[in-house]
Amino acid sequence: MTAYETIILTVITASTPLLLAAIGELVVERAGVLNLGIEGMMAMGAVSGFAMAQVTGSAWLGVLFAMLAGVAISMLFAFLTQSLVTNQVATGLSITLLGLGLSGLIGGGFVGMPGIKLDYVAIPVLSELPLVGKLIFGQDPLVYISILLTVGVAYTLKKTRIGLIIRAVGQNHHSAHALGYPVIKVRYACIAFGGLTSGLAGAYLSLVYTPQWIENMTAGRGWIALALVVFSTWLPARLAAGAYLFGGVWILGLYAQGMGVGIPSQFLSSLPYLATIIALIVISTNRRLSVINTPASLGQGFVPDR
Amino acid sequence: MSNPQHASEPGKYLLEVRSLSKLFGDFCANDQINLAIEAGKIHALLGENGAGKSTLVKMIYGALQPTSGDIIWQANTIKVDNPAAARELGIGMVFQHFSLFEALTVTENISLALPPQLRGGDLSQRIAELSSNYGLPLNPDALVADLSVGERQRIEIVRCLLQEPRLLIMDEPTAVLTPQEADALFGTLNRLTSEGCAVLYISHRLEEVKQLCHDATILRHGEVVARVDPQAETAATLAQHMVGSSVHEIKRQDGHDTGNNLLQLINLNQPADTPFGVDLLDVNLQVRSGEIVAIAGVAGNGQGELFSAISGETTNADFDAVIIDDVACGQLSINGRRQLSAAFVPEERNGHGAVADCPLTDNILLSRHAVRDQGEALHKGWLGIDHQHLDNINTRIAKAYDVRSATMDAEAGSLSGGNLQKFVVGRELDRQPRVLVINQPTWGVDAGAAALIRQALIDLSRQGSAILVISQDLDEIFELADRVAVISRGQLSEVYAAQDLSREQIGLLMSGAHEKPAHATSS
Amino acid sequence: MQLILEKRAQASAIMNVASPVLAILLTVILGGIIFAAMGQPPLKALYIYFIDPLTNMWSIEEVLVKAAPLILIGIGLAVTFRANVWNIGAEGQLTAGALLGAMIPIFFAEWQSPLALLAMFALGMIGGAALAAIPALLKIRFGVNEILTSLMLVYIAQLLLDWLVRGPWKDPHGYNFPKSVAFDGWHLVPMFGDGRVHLGLFIALALAVVLFWMMNRTIKGFEIKVIGRAPRAGAFAGFSKTGTVWFCFLLSGALAGLAGIIEVAGPIGQLQPRISPSYGFTAIIVAFLGRLNPIGVIFAGLLLAISYIGGEGVQIELGVSDKTAQVFQGMLLFFILMCDTLIHYRVRFLGAKGAV
Repeated sequence: MTAYETIILTVITASTPLLLAAIGELVVERAGVLNLGIEGMMAMGAVSGFAMAQVTGSAWLGVLFAMLAGVAISMLFAFLTQSLVTNQVATGLSITLLGLGLSGLIGGGFVGMPGIKLDYVAIPVLSELPLVGKLIFGQDPLVYISILLTVGVAYTLKKTRIGLIIRAVGQNHHSAHALGYPVIKVRYACIAFGGLTSGLAGAYLSLVYTPQWIENMTAGRGWIALALVVFSTWLPARLAAGAYLFGGVWILGLYAQGMGVGIPSQFLSSLPYLATIIALIVISTNRRLSVINTPASLGQGFVPDR
Repeated sequence: MSNPQHASEPGKYLLEVRSLSKLFGDFCANDQINLAIEAGKIHALLGENGAGKSTLVKMIYGALQPTSGDIIWQANTIKVDNPAAARELGIGMVFQHFSLFEALTVTENISLALPPQLRGGDLSQRIAELSSNYGLPLNPDALVADLSVGERQRIEIVRCLLQEPRLLIMDEPTAVLTPQEADALFGTLNRLTSEGCAVLYISHRLEEVKQLCHDATILRHGEVVARVDPQAETAATLAQHMVGSSVHEIKRQDGHDTGNNLLQLINLNQPADTPFGVDLLDVNLQVRSGEIVAIAGVAGNGQGELFSAISGETTNADFDAVIIDDVACGQLSINGRRQLSAAFVPEERNGHGAVADCPLTDNILLSRHAVRDQGEALHKGWLGIDHQHLDNINTRIAKAYDVRSATMDAEAGSLSGGNLQKFVVGRELDRQPRVLVINQPTWGVDAGAAALIRQALIDLSRQGSAILVISQDLDEIFELADRVAVISRGQLSEVYAAQDLSREQIGLLMSGAHEKPAHATSS
Repeated sequence: MQLILEKRAQASAIMNVASPVLAILLTVILGGIIFAAMGQPPLKALYIYFIDPLTNMWSIEEVLVKAAPLILIGIGLAVTFRANVWNIGAEGQLTAGALLGAMIPIFFAEWQSPLALLAMFALGMIGGAALAAIPALLKIRFGVNEILTSLMLVYIAQLLLDWLVRGPWKDPHGYNFPKSVAFDGWHLVPMFGDGRVHLGLFIALALAVVLFWMMNRTIKGFEIKVIGRAPRAGAFAGFSKTGTVWFCFLLSGALAGLAGIIEVAGPIGQLQPRISPSYGFTAIIVAFLGRLNPIGVIFAGLLLAISYIGGEGVQIELGVSDKTAQVFQGMLLFFILMCDTLIHYRVRFLGAKGAV
């Protein structure tokens, strides 16, 4: 494998967890809900996936279990914010704190264990193509899933009735309710989807990216995913572009460290966080762009009158 | 004449409601309601705010479930589980507060309200056809955010018509229309009834009901108090049924003296600060001591922006744009203007004029912390807020303006709409301001409170204050105003003496007859 | 079965007090279940966790030491959250305050005077406020979400600290350990008694009283509450939204910075890569558990301090992961938010029949 291929591959691997977590949150926010618990859901996904893979020996069962864990913890968020209309910001924070703590507690016994890596799927023949073969047809399966999910979400939101209903609920929950749409149920479903992809993103970290369990291995990726959703102005195509850009920044820091650039490693490690702030500034200067796409009832609780 | 217990013969009515009740906790919003609507007729549902009209139609439309009672549709007792079920039956509803989505297109908005079998095919095409057919022109691909209030109502009507409804429910449809637009709507409704459709028409505009409706059911405090033939009634007798007693007659003495200009707007220009806001263009206006000037207009034509510009919630770079009592105060804050003895009452009580989950005394502090009361400051820096003094003011307001609440210092949100409005108005009048600007003084309050507020405004003006009333209610405007101007798309018409102006003329001005062409195209 | 919320006409005064108690109770019950699931005797574990820290002088002092930064940061966040401003980067502001304040002992080691300590406090507050000013500025100038920016700055501040103590600020005589020089003399916060309770606790208590007075008796506190609950009513009152955002960020940043310099000049005594067991994040829970009321924050800070000591206790005595503390804290915030619904709503369960 050439150096160029290796770099691109690592960029893709660094970007995929961001894309997975963010595409779910994009749907959640389109439905008008702000879930700040991604970091916690990812951590739970990472530890559950790792644990299940250890117990059963199957990385795929790990992936499945990670998704279930993500959904389960997202349902706690949904119950509080949708059924009990608690403050979404604070509840999301509590999910993050809880998820990080719980993952540390569960993962205590797994620290230092060798992990089980999800196998690559090399598509026969195509993956042997020169230059692009390995890059396009020789990725791990979750990369393909992340791309399929992005395309699927884009299509659903734009072209299907379900997508129209999700957008309507996020735009104006009072109107959606008046027309007879089950606002809270739609939101529950979207939050569950967000939990599912966050769990998947976590599994990617502990079963593909670095196949082992390290405490706090999410390292702020959940928060960066949240920033990506804002950066994308709630459009899936922009989200994917943003995710790969951020993956690139992440890898740039690692490579520069490896090559012994005369910059302290801490500065390079802080690049993704700095880039996030800059990206948020850049996107905010173009306010008209976000106005139409911003879900108008984002973060507001809804209590139907009965 | 009052005969709520009408005899029912099966098949005569399209929709019947029998002994329908709705409880919210301990509160009875609808008590044993009976209602019967014939096909091809326009049936008025009358009542004051809070009489239970909305609750009743929401149950018919499936948005609320009744606690007890029956709904009979074409002689069959039915249960309307949700609005989709109502639409399946052929019941359509046009909401007072539109159920539209700003960032979606007209077609998407309509599609959301249609049952599956009607969504197929080229929906945009059918919308265009039907809307031109009924004289309700619409561009199917436009974003709702870019449309006027009248156009938005057309979306609501068109999406009902696409379902070929048997019964159309309209909640205060003319509240947001110019008189001419309202006439066009009546034409559409008459055409619908001639095609056999029934209309349940909610309104509190009695003249309109007399003109349009064949039947009327009147609610008060959640009960049916009368079922009448509106053609055989006068507006006064209808009002009596609604209110339950004769309405307080407003005393007003004309031909009084007016003094110098206390409030002046000179070439006020103010770009909107939100994406969908309205720009104010070259607004000029003088309000003299001792007079009430009213600004009429359809909702969303810059009334809120004008109020903010005068109150100082948004300041203007041009000092002379706003002059209060000869002081140029374009850049002065709202509190600076209050210190010039100006007072302001915004349109929205909850969340603008008052904080719902704060007690009344805190809400007094809200608008009066920067002005002294009887020479004393209401708070003294780190030494704290003078709660005793606030209690005194609260008692004063409650007494003078008949504000009724469960406890003396209740949370603002626990007051009824009428009582909260009396409080919000009373809080400012208690200062005896020289200049008062009030946006929608009696919006959504009961007749008693409305009469009290209007009388208080007239009394204040006759004591020599200058009052500017912004209102969408023409009856209110003619009751209060000495002079009238009309706002349309951020431009203000000339000011006319109220007695020289007819409703038709106001209607023309509302639809922009005075707008300057250059500006009209730019917006 | 369906859950129905009914808005109360007035906020329930009883639930306002009962809700945190209920939340603590639920946390203890679920905590016991978690201990049992881990194969530990639940009652014993809970005893070690919540009661043991209060049974001897040494651990009571430890609780007070841990409570000081939690209260300092918590009161600032309580005010900030009241304004509906979401500074969740207190952990970074704590770090920035520690860094700036530590410049005195590191660069002016020979300046020994009470003034030096005051200068350290001042620099600590400036450092925290300066870092907090970034999200404030970005929110006001560009409308950037302050939650994300304040949080990103936590990572950046911690990496900066890491670089400094491994690089330029490393103690040259420290055997290459990643630590700064040990502070001494007037560069240390005065201690009381024979234990480790320090001046910081009293500063925290005094400031809590000051902020309580501000929030409940002055127009500034009223302004913050109104802006937080109803921004348009705030504008109608002539209060400035941007002014409030600035005020809240600078106040909470300065208090977190003060907590940071007090930690390194107090219990720790020097700079090191890790100077806080997530006080900045735990203080979010403290603020909510304290009902966003500075006096309430004092009690909440003590309780959360117990959870740290209790977490260490169960780790030592039962060999359970010290992560239990974080789990308990997360659960606590979760249950507080859940129970707070009861202040404004009545909860009813609707059976399948549809009867209320």
